[in-house]
Amino acid sequence: MFVLIVGCGRVGSSIAKSMLAEGNQVSVLDENPEAIALLNRGQDENWEDLGGSFTVGTALEIDALLAAGIDQADAFVASTDGDNTNLVIAQIAKRRFEIDRVVVRVLDPGRAKWYSEQGLQTVCPTQTAIELLEAAVRGQIRFEGVSG
Amino acid sequence: MYILIIGAGKVGWNLARELTQKDNEVTVVESNRRRYEVVEEELDHNIQYGDGTELWVLERAGIQRADLVIAVTGDDEDNILICQMAREKYGVERVVARCNNPRNLQHFELLGVKPAISATDLILRLIEHEVPKYGLVHLLDLKEERLEIIEMEVAEGSAAEGQMVKDLGLPDGSLVISILRDGGGFVPTGDSVVQAGDEVLLVLDIGIEDTVTEVFSGRVTA
Repeated sequence: MFVLIVGCGRVGSSIAKSMLAEGNQVSVLDENPEAIALLNRGQDENWEDLGGSFTVGTALEIDALLAAGIDQADAFVASTDGDNTNLVIAQIAKRRFEIDRVVVRVLDPGRAKWYSEQGLQTVCPTQTAIELLEAAVRGQIRFEGVSG
Repeated sequence: MYILIIGAGKVGWNLARELTQKDNEVTVVESNRRRYEVVEEELDHNIQYGDGTELWVLERAGIQRADLVIAVTGDDEDNILICQMAREKYGVERVVARCNNPRNLQHFELLGVKPAISATDLILRLIEHEVPKYGLVHLLDLKEERLEIIEMEVAEGSAAEGQMVKDLGLPDGSLVISILRDGGGFVPTGDSVVQAGDEVLLVLDIGIEDTVTEVFSGRVTA
């Protein structure tokens, strides 16, 4: 499948690398040209030689989204550092480009919850952390910490 | 009327001032601490500090009972989200959004946020209005109703010159609603005669502009 990832930070770049390694076609859009460094990090070859594509542009610009291939995407990931940007572009992906599989990273639990009730697949790292940490404090779960 | 304004920039602050003077109850929300402090000196308790895209901030400002929400921050994505949540989550009947980048207007429309106002577009309209060479000026677009009100200058040598309104041969779906001449204006009857140099105001169905333009513009096109 063709995966378009908008926002190439820690989250976006990690998903991009996994998806490419699994044999998917992957396109990444970020406004910062330097962000490609995260895609090259820890790889044997650079991102584009591995077959990935990288476009520099602003998430809200339709031209940038089109250049990154939004009209062909099977899956769309909104992972910029702005909750509101993510929520707007995810809705554009869904409503205008009719992409079925749209996932959105939203740091604020309030907005994540409400927009998930409206039918968006939101992922809220803050809420996930709260739940895990609370469970660990109660002794319900135990983990060794994250490696890598 | 209870009005909630998000963003205390020049636009938000002045709107707050004007709307308060017109006896509305107004609350402004501003997320920049320094800006908040400056504006608070004038608006006192009518301004709150916080990120107006967070639900609890909006709720603290009383969005549930707002009659009108105006989103005028410098970020279009914020303005879109604020208005979307105001309308769909809190049932606010009227919202107004500022569109900072006219290229984002399509996003406002897609997500049902209207009216969205773009200063660039407004200035363009004014330029069109002031610069007669455009010939046709859009005075008002009623997109939902698929109607528009336009202004046309009657060119010398045009088909319309010297004709009575009823003989203009205008297409169905168009109506002359007034004629501006010598600094005045009047509502014409079918017998009113159109002269070169008149400004004619018409209401029309969207899509028949070209046919109407032909009647009033010069036959020899430059």
